[in-house]
Amino acid sequence: MASLSVNHLVGIKELSKEDIALIFQTADNFKSVLNRSIKKVPSLRDITIANLFFENSTRTRLSFELAEKRLSADIVNFSSASSSVKKGESLIDTVNNILAMKVDIVVMRHPNPGAAKFLSEHVDSKIVNAGDGAHEHPTQALLDAYSIREKLGEVSGKKVVIVGDITHSRVALSNIFCLQKLGAEVMVCGPATLIPKYIHELDVKVEHDLRKALEWCDVANMLRIQLERMDVNYFPSLREYTMLYGLDKQFLNSLSKKIVVMHPGPINRGIEITSDVADSDQAIILDQVENGVAVRMAVLYLLAEKIKREA
Amino acid sequence: MGEKRILNDKELDLSVNRLCWQLIENHSDFSDTVLIGLQPRGYQLAKKIHSKLLELAPISSIFLGSLDITFFRDDFRRREEPIAPNQTDISFLVEGKNVVFIDDVLYTGRSIRAGMDAINSFGRPKQIELLVLIDRRFSRELPIEPKYVGKTVDAIDTEKVVVEWDQDKAHKGQVSLIRE
Repeated sequence: MASLSVNHLVGIKELSKEDIALIFQTADNFKSVLNRSIKKVPSLRDITIANLFFENSTRTRLSFELAEKRLSADIVNFSSASSSVKKGESLIDTVNNILAMKVDIVVMRHPNPGAAKFLSEHVDSKIVNAGDGAHEHPTQALLDAYSIREKLGEVSGKKVVIVGDITHSRVALSNIFCLQKLGAEVMVCGPATLIPKYIHELDVKVEHDLRKALEWCDVANMLRIQLERMDVNYFPSLREYTMLYGLDKQFLNSLSKKIVVMHPGPINRGIEITSDVADSDQAIILDQVENGVAVRMAVLYLLAEKIKREA
Repeated sequence: MGEKRILNDKELDLSVNRLCWQLIENHSDFSDTVLIGLQPRGYQLAKKIHSKLLELAPISSIFLGSLDITFFRDDFRRREEPIAPNQTDISFLVEGKNVVFIDDVLYTGRSIRAGMDAINSFGRPKQIELLVLIDRRFSRELPIEPKYVGKTVDAIDTEKVVVEWDQDKAHKGQVSLIRE
């Protein structure tokens, strides 16, 4: 069996197509483990993982924690709200202190883009990026593509539109890299103020009319409006955003084909999608969450495989 | 490098037949017995045994499953080359059942140990028996012994026992010892 070409999961950009295929294959096996009555395997029993969350997270953190526990790893959790970061400690110092406690893998979310890369260059442990600012969120993109593969059979040749706040979204960038590597066509759709000026250089289509975008696509990934990252007003009001870029059941039913609706969560029900869309049979939002644990197990397993045991 | 035939087509067939009759002797109608082939090669043998059993005895159905032990192995991170996981397919209950593990070659016994760990994720079997086509009897590293043996082979560590199935229409299978 091949192993990953990278030593850390910093971003999708660094992964090869083969790496992604290997992660998906391994995730298939872990998904079957997760459907057993005892959902645990002993593979990582001598591995210690630190989850460092310098930014709030519920889903990603729970998903990583569960994946680690299912693999029998020992874990330590850290969140910046209750730590020395508030006392002025630098990132590298915080992490070095944790590594001095002999940690093999670090899963980190950080508000600064590039934090995971910086860390991977300065510490010996394997780094898994769980989101760095508006840069990348590789495991989210992997689980999104994995869910598309599960629902539609394959990703290659499919048309995916990412709708909403592209500028502030790490999910969008990682998704673009991941889907393109797997041979899908990607379009972004949203108000001009929320779409980065040079995004077309990534070879993605840009559309400002939601109806045109949804008529084009097989899959729509509806992103959350990240009000917490907006320091100025990018659109007049949430109500106007919803009128122009929100998806409701009537809109969904009026499309000429049945598209798949995804959302990376947390959903602002009634803003980017309405409740009846989120709960409809075209939405695979909860499948995404379920697949997230299997995909993260695969990533951790394949990275741990690279930590050779000292004799 | 040399190669020595341990079982030819005909002998292999005889051995598999004998193993089947031994299973029938001990499990009669297989109502409380399930067959589990260890992935990947044990499952190939298990499929052959399963179809032969249905041929030989008046039994309408026998449960057959495949078990992948990759995540339960004790040599993770200790191997040069990673092992690719295979599919596990157990679509029946093993709780309270007699489980027959089927593998092609029994060597150190470590795969079987991992298999015993793995099967517990599906329930607590009443008992586990082990059937192997080839038993390399002097190579055991754990206290594990098979109940049904096709053929016992004395081989040293530098030798490899290879079971091949269905090479072509004329040859249904063979077992050879390869010296490196």
